[in-house]
This record gives sequence, structure tokens and C-alpha cells, in this order.
Amino acid sequence: MAAKGPRSIVCIKQVPKAQELQVDPVTHTLKRVGVPSEINPPDRNALEMALQVRDRHGGEVFVVTMGPPVFTQALDEALAMGCDRAFLLTDRLLGGSDTVPTAHALSEVIRKIGGYDLVFCGEETTDSSTGHVGPGIAGHLDHAQITYCSGVEFLGDRVRGRRVAEDGFETWECPLPCVVTVNFLANKPRPPSLTGKIRVKRGGLTTTWSCADVGLAAEHVGLKGSPTIVSKVETVQLPERRTKVFRGPAAEAVTHLLAAMRADGVIE
Amino acid sequence: MTATTDLSAYRGVWVFLEARRGALRDVSLQLLSVARKIADLRKTELSGVLPGWKVEPLAREAIEHGADRVYLVEDPRLEPYTSRPFTKVLAALARKHKPEIILFGASKNGRDLGGRLHAVIETGLAADCVKFEIDEDGNFDAIRPAYGGKSLAHILCKQHRPQMASARRNVFRVPDREPGRRGEVVRESVAIADADLDAKVVRFEERTGHQEHHLDDAKIVVAGGFGMRDPKNFRLLEDLAEALGGAVAASRKAVDAGWVPKDYQVGQTGKTVRPELYIAAGISGAVQHLAGMQESAKIVAVNSDPKAPMFEIADYGVVGDLFEVVPEMTRQLRRPRAPVAPPLPPPSS
Repeated sequence: MAAKGPRSIVCIKQVPKAQELQVDPVTHTLKRVGVPSEINPPDRNALEMALQVRDRHGGEVFVVTMGPPVFTQALDEALAMGCDRAFLLTDRLLGGSDTVPTAHALSEVIRKIGGYDLVFCGEETTDSSTGHVGPGIAGHLDHAQITYCSGVEFLGDRVRGRRVAEDGFETWECPLPCVVTVNFLANKPRPPSLTGKIRVKRGGLTTTWSCADVGLAAEHVGLKGSPTIVSKVETVQLPERRTKVFRGPAAEAVTHLLAAMRADGVIE
Repeated sequence: MTATTDLSAYRGVWVFLEARRGALRDVSLQLLSVARKIADLRKTELSGVLPGWKVEPLAREAIEHGADRVYLVEDPRLEPYTSRPFTKVLAALARKHKPEIILFGASKNGRDLGGRLHAVIETGLAADCVKFEIDEDGNFDAIRPAYGGKSLAHILCKQHRPQMASARRNVFRVPDREPGRRGEVVRESVAIADADLDAKVVRFEERTGHQEHHLDDAKIVVAGGFGMRDPKNFRLLEDLAEALGGAVAASRKAVDAGWVPKDYQVGQTGKTVRPELYIAAGISGAVQHLAGMQESAKIVAVNSDPKAPMFEIADYGVVGDLFEVVPEMTRQLRRPRAPVAPPLPPPSS
């Protein structure tokens, strides 16, 4: 399809469902096998934002992920939401990558796809919550970036993004290509559609690449390419507190609670 | 800043000092306390890096809060914050002065900058740390909650420099200010080309009725979880918060359910708060939530399930139906109290 509008590339990650996180006691890494997974929730907002740009301006939306072959589940879901094509970077060499090689590897996939105007990422992932990969991609590819976006307007030769800062809302304008990281809950992601699911079933929409396919050398990815290591993981020790517990009818329990809190000087 | 870095060439601990509309962000000041400790352990100096425009007084402020030196880069193009010029400044200064450690506040701008910078200079960046130490080999040990706060992961960056990390607001305390404390302000200039000014901040709207800061600074927080069942019920928490002069917060489950905005969220993927009093209503106490509030001075748990983990870390617990207990708390707090002592004799002072 010859696209007249902008080409957007959305980077997504498949993550364990938030309540199911488990750690392998030996390797200190996240157990992924057999744990229910989902598209990283903020990445859904990124997909929706890209699809809205296409709704309004035409063009196309490509979705990208890196990880084991099982990550095609996330890609299939993104395709069923309406993405035009999907790209999976999968390679044993990638295992153990921290945010530096992750940003590097995704950048090489994006570079190989080429011809894009916008790159979207979720603001952070729920399994490692660094928020560093989106800006890392922008740095790696030397593009402009707008992080923590709640909405974008495509302006033809540039993009305007509403950025949510701690103390207010900033409007940024950047030339293309630009990397946009999208706030969790920035929009209401569309569900996969029936026609979308049928398109996925027909197949042929997903391209699978290895590190070699995108020109990534072994020393730049995986544990070797990661500046950081997790040296150990310890269980959290909570401070010990002696709990005063109140039960019984609410009026009585609350009277005793407030009396105890007053006696301890917690409230006046 | 390659894999074959001469590690011994890197000395000194840096804190990125984030100026926001004429003031230092409190997270920057908070980092100076832990950075001072780390610099002392490494027997080295603590420096702040302060890019901005007309920010020199803030350099003095950082020195009075423990910095030995501040690298000051003043340029009108550095106000307001945008990603590329700030990355250029930090990268240029890091290459020139070779600090062994750089700390960032995990603010929106701190993460925006750190995330870009670590890819550009190819070094490690540990996010949202809660503790920093130096291990027996002299490595910077950045400790962060992992896997939903169930555990703490120790992140080392052994072969790359600088070793970088961020910490969220309110994890560390602002060090005491020593008026007149001496330190050095070093003016640096970094050439910023027109091409570096790719992002333009064309508009800023200040938030009004500012829930977020309200929560960050609140001495008392009243938080609701999935047990609130319905967004309408947050009204009960608002009433209690109002009676106590506090702010309302929520667990991730309540935010994910769309009941309250993300600004309200306390926990691993939300805010870290450490108020004087934290009241958790209908929050079971998932470790992800505890990670954001367990350092509150006093904790009250209200839950119908006596086995809720929140009771384990609470100072006070009410086992009961929050829909009865919370309004009752509000009612009793609002009720004028009978004087506890007889009115006579009058106080002599």
C-alpha cells in the first residue's frame, strides 16, 4: 500500500500480567514461562495514539517488538487492533539485555524498516518500569523526543505533543522523525476487531528478523552488551510495627481507634 | 565510555540539579544527602551539574546543601528544559570531567534526560532507586524495588562509567542547609547549535486545583483500593481527607479500573509518599502498593479481611466494613469534642 500519510512505528513489549510477577530464585530474573502475559498496558495507549494519527491523516502503523517467538501474541493483538504490519526481532543473543542494548536493538529494527515519521513507545513497562527505552531510542537514532505525552497532533512536517509535567501541561513541537512516549491511560485503546483478527489469521503480516538481519553484533546485545548487571536480589524487610487492632460495631471501633491515635499524638 | 574504559580515570559524584521555574526541584536537593554519603565513602568530591538560565543562586543553594562544587552552564537556550540540549551538556561535561557516578531525580525531565543520555554515552542507568551503597569492591550499588516491590535488586555497572542512577522524589530527605557553606562554582560553556534546538516548548499551562502536588506534599493521605468498588465511593475518602486536612490517593487497581486519575496512584508504578499518617481503606496491601507508602510515619488499615497484608505493616487496624468505618471516622472527627479536662481552673499562662 503506497502510503500518503505518515508512517508510525510503535514499539511494544509483552509483559507478565501485573499481579502474576514471579522471580526465579536462582537466576534472579523474571519468570516468564507459564505466566499469563499481556501487551504492556501503556504500549496499548501508544498503539491507540498511532492508530488515531492514521485515522485522521492516513498513512500506516507498524508494530515492533523484541523477545522470544511467543511475543507474536502481542504482535497479533496489535495487528488485530488495526496495525498494518508487524516486526519481531528474536534471537537468543538478546537474552538479558538491559535498557542500553534494548534501545539499541529496537533502533536498528526501526532503522531497517525506514521511511518513518513517528516512533511511539509506552511511557514505561510494568515489569521493569524504567521509562528509559523510549528516550534511549531517540538518543540512539538522534531523533527528537517528546516523553509523557497525553496526545499528539501531526502537522505534516512536525508533530505537536501535549506533555504532562508534574506541575502542568507543556506543548512541545518537534521536527520529524520524532519519538513519542505515551502516558498510561492517555486514551482508550480500541479492542481488537473481528476483521483485524481475520487479517491476522490469513497471515503474512509479520516479519521476523534475527540480530544478524538488522546488523546487530553479538557484543552489542544481551548480557554482553548490557552495562548493568543485577548482582543480587534480596527480599524486602518491612519495618516491624505493632498493630493495634479494633473490631466490633463501627461506631465503637472508631471511637477506640481515634482515642488511641490521640493518645499516641497522631491526631489532635 | 566504552567497554574498555580506564575506570581509575573517573572520580567524583555528581547530582543533576534540575531547575524548574527559578527553583531547584526538591528531588535534586534530596539527592544531595545520599550523594554526600556516597562521595564520602568513595573519599571524593560531590558536584552538582546545573544547566539553565539565570540559575546561579541555585548553585549556592546546592553548595549550602552539601555540594563541594557546582558546574554551572548558563544559556538562554537551556530554559525551558528540552531533551537534546540538556543531553548535550551532560554528555560534554561527563566526557570532560569523568565523574564516576551521576545521580538524577526520577522526575519527568530527569527520566527524559537520563534515558537519552545513557544511550548516547553508552553506560548503565538504574531507575527509581531507593538506596545507594558502595560495595566491597568499590562499585556503586544502586538498589531498586524489583518485580513489583517484592524484592530489592542490586544493580551494578562494573565496566562502564559513569555509573548512573535515578531516585524518586521523597525517597531521601533534604539535607540540613548550612548557610555560608563554602564551595566552588565552575562556569562551563557548552556550544549549543541551532540544530540542537529541535524541540520547542510552545505553551505551558499550569495545573490548577493541583491534586498531584497536594498528594506529594500532604501530611495526611487517605487512600482507597479495589475495595472501594465504585468511583462514586471515593467521595467517602474525600470527606475523611477533608476532615483531617489530607489528600486522597489510590492503589493501582483503583486507577486501572478507571475510578480515579493516575495522579492519585501510590505504589511501585505511581508515587512514593511518606506522610505522617496514611489511611488505607479497602487496600489489601499488595507489595506494589506497599513500596510507595510503607515509610509513612503511621499507618491505619481499614479492611473487612483481617488477613489483608496491610494489617501487617499498619500501626492501627480496623477490621470492618469500610463503608461503615470511613464515614464514622469522618463523623467523629467532625464532631466537636467535649473538653477532656474540667474547664476550671483556667490555665495560668
